[in-house]
Amino acid sequence: MEQVKSMPRIGEPAPQFEAVTTHGTLRLEDYKGSWLILFSHPADFTPVCTTEFIAFQGIYDELKKRNVELLGLSIDSVYSHIAWVRNIEEKMGVKIKFPVIADLNKEVASLYGMIMPGESKTETSRAVFVIDPEQKIRAIIYYPLTTGRNIDEILRLIDALQTHEKFKVATPANWRPGDDVIVPPPNTQEMAEQRMKEKYDIKDWYFSKKKI
Amino acid sequence: MACVNPDGTLSESAKAILLVLKEAKTPEEISRIIDQPLFKVRSALRDLTTANMVQEIQGKFQITEEGLKVIS
Repeated sequence: MEQVKSMPRIGEPAPQFEAVTTHGTLRLEDYKGSWLILFSHPADFTPVCTTEFIAFQGIYDELKKRNVELLGLSIDSVYSHIAWVRNIEEKMGVKIKFPVIADLNKEVASLYGMIMPGESKTETSRAVFVIDPEQKIRAIIYYPLTTGRNIDEILRLIDALQTHEKFKVATPANWRPGDDVIVPPPNTQEMAEQRMKEKYDIKDWYFSKKKI
Repeated sequence: MACVNPDGTLSESAKAILLVLKEAKTPEEISRIIDQPLFKVRSALRDLTTANMVQEIQGKFQITEEGLKVIS
């Protein structure tokens, strides 16, 4: 029976690795100082993954403006990856500029818990790990094999995480840059009383919004 | 090694790195000068160091005699 490995969790250090990619051998530590979106896809030369790669490439320039890098992964060879990204450029007119890990021995996929054996033992699910510049995991998203990801949501997630980082605020449901943000609730009775006198958009002592 | 081919020839990005390393530079400085992402520069420097084409001295990288031969 295959051993079930524990998956990395939000707030924990991202597991270090060295891997062969379409841009050479890369280590996680090569990304220190920048944000990283490490994502897996089930397989090269498959239609849903192709749409996702085109969509990821579509936000790559916006990600770079935010000091975010992209790194793909699947259990395919580097030659398969090279052939696929060349095919995407030839047939769809989109040049894939980010590296893709060739994880043939499933080493990185196992480290990050990207394989869902109940769904497939030979393919990675559609996992997304957002790793911060100190190489801590800040968000995790999983989609099944059948369902392409909402790539726009990943950009929104980056904006929300970086807004939290910069202003120490939280962001409400469906928040978009420019919307009001949530002021962290007070944690003492005295601060709760004080909060009601602040010039925020106050619904109640625990629920205040402000502009940034 | 990604930036050094099996026949010993270098990728264009590896050559670009060697060309700016006559004076020692940090990976961040190299990344800015050649306009390549820092992760690619770090990876290439590792390969070039293994191939004895650059050497690291106190966090800065400089081309070696071997590296100079390759780009001359």
